[in-house]
Amino acid sequence: MTASTAEVLLDVQQASRSFGGLKALSEVSLHINRGELIGLIGPNGAGKTTLFNLLTGVYPPSSGSIILNNESVGGMKPFRINRKGAARTFQNIRLFTAMTVLDNVKIAFHQHAKHSMFTSMLRLPKHFSGEGEITQKAMDILKIFNLADQFDELAGNMSYGNQRRLEIARALAAGPKLLLLDEPAAGMNPNETRDLMNLIAWIREEFDLTILLIEHDMSLVMGVCDRIYVLDRGMLIADGSPLEIRNNPKVIEAYLGQEA
Amino acid sequence: MKKLNKSFWIGIVFAMVLYGVIQILLTTGIFDDVMESTLILICINVMLAVSLNLINGITGQFSIGHAGFMSIGAYVSAILTLNFDVPFVLALVISGLVAALFGVLIGIPTLRLNGDYLAIATLGFGEIIRIVLLNTEYVGGASGLSGIPTQTTWTIMFLFTLVTVVVINNFINSSHGRACIAIRENEIAAEAMGINTTLYKIIAFALGALFAGIAGGLSAHKFYVINPGSFNFLKSFEILVMVVLGGLGSTSGAIVGAIVLTVLFTVLQEYPELRMIIYSAILILMMIFRPKGLLGSTGFSFKKFAKKEAKPSDSINS
Ligand SMILES: Nc1ncnc2c1ncn2[C@@H]1O[C@H](COP(=O)(O)OP(=O)(O)O)[C@@H](O)[C@H]1O
Ligand SMILES: [Mg+2]
Repeated sequence: MTASTAEVLLDVQQASRSFGGLKALSEVSLHINRGELIGLIGPNGAGKTTLFNLLTGVYPPSSGSIILNNESVGGMKPFRINRKGAARTFQNIRLFTAMTVLDNVKIAFHQHAKHSMFTSMLRLPKHFSGEGEITQKAMDILKIFNLADQFDELAGNMSYGNQRRLEIARALAAGPKLLLLDEPAAGMNPNETRDLMNLIAWIREEFDLTILLIEHDMSLVMGVCDRIYVLDRGMLIADGSPLEIRNNPKVIEAYLGQEA
Repeated sequence: MKKLNKSFWIGIVFAMVLYGVIQILLTTGIFDDVMESTLILICINVMLAVSLNLINGITGQFSIGHAGFMSIGAYVSAILTLNFDVPFVLALVISGLVAALFGVLIGIPTLRLNGDYLAIATLGFGEIIRIVLLNTEYVGGASGLSGIPTQTTWTIMFLFTLVTVVVINNFINSSHGRACIAIRENEIAAEAMGINTTLYKIIAFALGALFAGIAGGLSAHKFYVINPGSFNFLKSFEILVMVVLGGLGSTSGAIVGAIVLTVLFTVLQEYPELRMIIYSAILILMMIFRPKGLLGSTGFSFKKFAKKEAKPSDSINS
């Protein structure tokens, strides 16, 4: 698809965010078209997670606009943005650790629940049909992620790799159009990482998703992304195809500067 | 889903058998009036503990103003039956709804607060209610209200307790209750997954206040007199200790905690000054030996006791 004719799902214009005196993001503009898989890379502390926090409503932008699906969502509460179609995972895993694997996924389906609180309190028939539907859908998602046989385990007791996968499963359960993944491969070994990248490519097709993927290891995103944005010290320093990014002197400098 | 239904009916049958046995013991005179009063007191405390557990144990909001909601229910129902001849059960329902309304009104501004701050705010709310009652002529000031018709029978008490436990448990074991647990587990993630966390915190507060209010009404119509002093901080603390003893987050734990503490205090009636020592001792011993409570499902640490997680600014960025 060509960027000019494809429909824009996410459009960020001049978004900035400061924390006290620190400018974590300055005037970042980017756009993502429907169906794209976009990489967001940059050295540690570049502001990648901060951008996610703005996109998902954890913090309002200090200035600038965020348009999701033709609607301004800048400064909206996180639960509203989630319901508008953007779901995320966290760099430091945030599961509901004392809940079961199944219940973790069910939480994301709650926004689609068809039974009211009162039907549940009185155990009216609608409660059972509503809960049954949620359970069924949650199990379907777990099957896709090969987690179905662990549905009854506490999320906190799962292996690290499975916790990361469960977080993606949970985000997917919310039914997003845009999936935001914050360093999903962090802490995984090369085999797990490869499996994960294959999984991401697969769910993208299967669920008709648009994905924004944060990774600070540049080599990882090169193979899977359509386009890549590069952040450094709060500013967008480059964007383009993986090949363009690989050869961009500014990007090389930003990464060398960090490793030196 | 069938399984859920089955355990629900087993619980109902168990409750009915329990009720029948106690009813037989009461009518045959094996249980005397003192015993009946103790049983009613146990039920009142079960209602209070189970409703507080919804706020503190399930939703993870640290509230210590439960006696405030109880007193609202007690006073509203007493005034309705004393001054307006409202039928008892209707008066109870109204008093519960008024308490729930207060729960919402208190909840909206205070639930933005985290952990310790929320605790202080709810504590302040309880004390404000008490001081307003103390200084209101219409409700008898310090001496309170007396001559309240003693209409709380064992049967009515048991029914209301059963309804409280069933309704709250049904709520907890549903998508709506899971939303509350998710808030306790990780508020940022719950919000990010589409849960309106403010709404569910207010719902938990309102539901908890509703049943605490009804418990207050039942208590007023059992013990004939009410005064502001019986709804002080110590009462709120007592309910909290019941929940912690049983295990934060567990309804059956709250029931067991309420029974154990009520029996303990009935036995130690002559030494009221021992209460504070016992509360403290229980809290300390629980923390050391049974951090999850007698029947608890979630870990008990001071962090969990008060709030569920670090403030957003601490760690969201990494
Ligand atoms: N809530 C916050 N309060 C203060 N500073 C923050 C906050 N969130 C992020 N920052 C700062 O903003 C900068 C960018 O952080 P972050 O977005 O986490 O970087 P990245 O994800 O690219 O590694 C860092 O210097 C970080 O310390
Ligand atoms: Mg980051």
